[in-house]
Amino acid sequence: MPPIREFSEDIALVIGGEAGRGIQTVEQLLTIALKLSGYHIFATKEYMSRIRGGSNSTQIRIASRPVSAGLGRIDLLLPLDQKALERLRPGLRPESVILGDAEVLSGAEDLIHIPFGQLAEQAGERRAANTVAVGVLLGLVGQGLEPLLAALEQQFADLDRSVIDANLKAARSGFEAGRNLVGEGRLALCLQPTAAVANDLFLTGSEAVAYGAIAGGCNFVSSYPMSPATGALLVLARHARECGIVVEQAEDEIAASNMALGAWYAGARALVTTSGGGFDLMTESLSLAGMTETPLVIHLGQRPGPATGLPTRTEQGDLEMALYSGHGEYPRILLAPGSHEQAFALSRQAFDLADRFQVPVIVLTDQYLLDALTNLPALDLEPLPVTGYTIETGADYRRYAIAEDGISPRGIPGRGQGLVCVDSDEHDEDGHISEDLALRIRMVDKRLRKLVAMTEAALPPELDGHPHADTLVVTWGSTCQIVREALRRLHEHDLAMLHFPQIYPLPKQTGDLLARPRHLIVVENNATGQFAGLLQRHTGRRADHRILKYDGLPFTVEELTKTLRGLLDRYRPDPMECCDECD
Amino acid sequence: MNATDYDRPGVDMAWCPGCGNFAILKILKQALAELDIPPQRLVVASGIGQAPKTPHYFQTHLFNGLHGRALPVATGIKAANPELLVIAQGGDGDMYGEGGNHFLHTVRRNPDLTHLVHNNMVYGLTKGQASPTSLPGFVTPLQTEGVFQEPFNPLAAAIALNASFVARTFAGAFEESVAIFKQALTHPGYALVDIFQPCVTFNRVNTFQWFKEHSYFLGDNHNAEDRAQAFQRAIESDPWPLGIFYRNPARADYIGHLAPFDGDRRPLHSRRPNLEALARVLQGKRAL
Repeated sequence: MPPIREFSEDIALVIGGEAGRGIQTVEQLLTIALKLSGYHIFATKEYMSRIRGGSNSTQIRIASRPVSAGLGRIDLLLPLDQKALERLRPGLRPESVILGDAEVLSGAEDLIHIPFGQLAEQAGERRAANTVAVGVLLGLVGQGLEPLLAALEQQFADLDRSVIDANLKAARSGFEAGRNLVGEGRLALCLQPTAAVANDLFLTGSEAVAYGAIAGGCNFVSSYPMSPATGALLVLARHARECGIVVEQAEDEIAASNMALGAWYAGARALVTTSGGGFDLMTESLSLAGMTETPLVIHLGQRPGPATGLPTRTEQGDLEMALYSGHGEYPRILLAPGSHEQAFALSRQAFDLADRFQVPVIVLTDQYLLDALTNLPALDLEPLPVTGYTIETGADYRRYAIAEDGISPRGIPGRGQGLVCVDSDEHDEDGHISEDLALRIRMVDKRLRKLVAMTEAALPPELDGHPHADTLVVTWGSTCQIVREALRRLHEHDLAMLHFPQIYPLPKQTGDLLARPRHLIVVENNATGQFAGLLQRHTGRRADHRILKYDGLPFTVEELTKTLRGLLDRYRPDPMECCDECD
Repeated sequence: MNATDYDRPGVDMAWCPGCGNFAILKILKQALAELDIPPQRLVVASGIGQAPKTPHYFQTHLFNGLHGRALPVATGIKAANPELLVIAQGGDGDMYGEGGNHFLHTVRRNPDLTHLVHNNMVYGLTKGQASPTSLPGFVTPLQTEGVFQEPFNPLAAAIALNASFVARTFAGAFEESVAIFKQALTHPGYALVDIFQPCVTFNRVNTFQWFKEHSYFLGDNHNAEDRAQAFQRAIESDPWPLGIFYRNPARADYIGHLAPFDGDRRPLHSRRPNLEALARVLQGKRAL
C-alpha cells in the first residue's frame, strides 16, 4: 500500500487535454460545483490557438481562503489524454499525484488509476468519462454531490433525458470512486469550506470588465472579435436586452471605434473591446477622439505581439502603444486593473473619466486576467454620478468654447437649441474648420490643459506594506495579485509593494513614493520594462531591477517569490561589513 | 421652412467658383426645407475631401471626422439617437476608396441614413489623382498613362448587396435632384444617392457639359422594385441613367433590431445606467 498523499488548504489541480474534447466542460462543471460547495477558487487557462487538438490546460486553485493568483506547482494532475500527460509531467514534483484512466494513459506507473471510461460505460454513456472525472474530484473533496448534479442538469439541458441521466449516474459513480480513494487512505484533500462562498459571485475577468462597463452606463458596444478581448463583448451581448445595450459587430476595428465615437457624440456611452492588432487599426480614431474631444472607452486585452504573436497567450506589451499611438498631441487616460474587483471598478470608472474629461480612456487587461475565474463576495453597485457631464445647449452654443480648465461644456445633438459641430480639422470655438494659426495655439493649449485636472483626479497607487520599506516592488495591471501573494510568502518587514491602477497620467505623488525606497523593483509581463521606463521618464527614478517575463505565460507566485528572495538576499548588507555601523 | 433658413452668412467657403458642390448644397437645402427638417434634428457626418466640407456651409449639427469614416460615425449616431435625421456625406474617393469596406457593410446593415456621394471622378483636395470612379484612359499627374482599372460602380455594388434605396442624379438637374433627395431622406433605411458633379479644376474631361450630355433620367417604365432590372440599368454606361434605380422596402429595420430600442425609441442620452438590471444579472452569477 503506497503512503497516503495528503494536500491541504490550498490545492493546485491541473487538468490537461485536447481542445474540443471536453476539457472546458470539465472545468466549468468542477469549478461551479466546488464554489457552490463553499471553496475559494482561482482558475486560469493556457491554451493553444486552435479549435480542436493541441494540448490545453486549466489550473484550478481550490482553497480554504480567498486566492487570486496562479501557482506554478501542480498538486493534482488530471490528464485527459496521453499528450496532456506528457506535456504537463515535467511540471510535477515528487509529491504530485496523477489521477487518470490507465486505459487512456500509458507509461505512468505512479498513476492513481480510476477507470473513467469503464465507469462511464456502466452509467450508459461512454462519452461521460469526463463527468466521472469531475465526480471523482468532488468525492475527494468530500462535500455533497448535489451542486454537480444541478450543474449537469443545466449544462446538458439541451440533450436527451437519457444522456442527462447517464451523466448524473456517471457523476455519482465517480463521486463514489473518489470517496473510496479517501476511505482506502490513498489520497486526502483537506479543505475547509466556507458557507458564505457558496453565495459569492463567480466571475471571469472578461465578465468583470463587461459588468463594470454596464455599471458605468455603457449602452453601446461596437467591436470586431479578437482574442482575448472578445469575452467582454460576448458578455455585453448576452445581457444586451436586459441592460439596454446596442451591440454591433463591426466590419473592422476602424468601423468599430468610429461607430463608438458617433455614439458618444450623440449621447451614448460607448465601448470598444479589442487586442493589440485591432487597437492598431483604431489609432487613427484615437487621434480623432483627441481632436474632436469626443469621449471614448477602449478595452485593450493584451496578448503577445508583435503582429499575430501568440494569439491565445498573455503579455503586458502594449503599454507604450496605448500611451503613444495616434498622431498628434492630445491627452488620454490609461487604466490597468490588477484584480477582478479592480477590473469591474476601473471599467466602470473609465466611462466616468472619459465623459468628464472628454478624452479617450484605455483600460489595459490581458489574457491571464480576462480568462481567470474566481469568486468574490460583492461588487460595488452604488451609483456613480454618471450624468451631468453633458449640457442642454442654448442657441448660441459653442462646442469648443475656450475654458479655463480646458473642458468645454459638451452638448449633444437633439438636446437643446444649439448646433453641435465637431471637426477633425483644427477648428474654431464653434467647431468649424479654421486655419487661424493663433487660434490653433489656443486650441492646442485648451486640449492639453485638461491634463492638469486629469492628473489631479488620477487614481492613487495602492501601497501594501510599510511606507518606508527599504525595498519597493511596483506593479501595474494583472501582475498585482501575484506579486501580492509572493510578498506575503516572503513576509519581510522591509519589503512593500505599490500597485498602479492608473498608469497615465501618473498621479502627482508618484515621484515622492518612488524616491523613498532604497531599492526599487518593477515587475512586468513584457520584455522591455515599459512601465519602468515610463516611471523613469516621469520621476527620474530608475528601477534597480526589472523582473520581466515574456514567454506568453503569466508569472507564478512561486517564481516571483524566488526571484524576489534572490534580490532581497543581494540587497541585504553583508553582516561583516555593516557591523561597524550597527549598535 | 425656406432653403435660406439653413444659410450660414459670411462663411468662408473653400470651393472653386463653379464647383458642383455649390449646386449640391443648394439641392440639399431645398430638399430639407421642403421636408421641414429643423437643423436641430439634422446631423451630417462627413469625412475628408471637398465634399465633406459641405456641412460646414449650412446650419446643421456636424461630425466632420476622418477620411472614409463617415458611414460608421453616422451609424453610431443613428443607433444612439433614432430621432435624429442622419446624413453621411462625402466624395467618391472618401466613400468608395478609403471608406469602401464601410460602404459595403453599411449597405448590409441598413441603418436609416442618407448617403450622399459627390461623384466627380477625381481627387480634388489632393490635386487631381484618379478616384475609384475615374473612367479608363483618364490621364492625371499620377496616372500619367491614363487610368487602366475598371471603375467602381457604386450602384451595381449596392444593388448586388440588396441595398434598400439606390439612386443617382446629376448636380446640374436641380428639380429632379431635389425630388430624389427628398425620397432618400424620407426612406426608412439606408439610401444611397450618387451625385454626378463636375470638378472644374482637376477634371477637364467629365465637365458639366459632359455629364449633361452623357446622362439621362430613367423613364416611368423603370420598375424600381425589380432588382434584376435595377441591376441591368445600373451597369449601363454612356449614356448613364439617372434616377431611383432600386428600392427594397422589405429590408429589416436596423434600429428595431437593436436591443435598447425594442418598444422604446428614446435616445440613449436620456437613459440612466440600469443598475437594477445589472444587480439581477450579478445575482445570477452567484448561483449556477
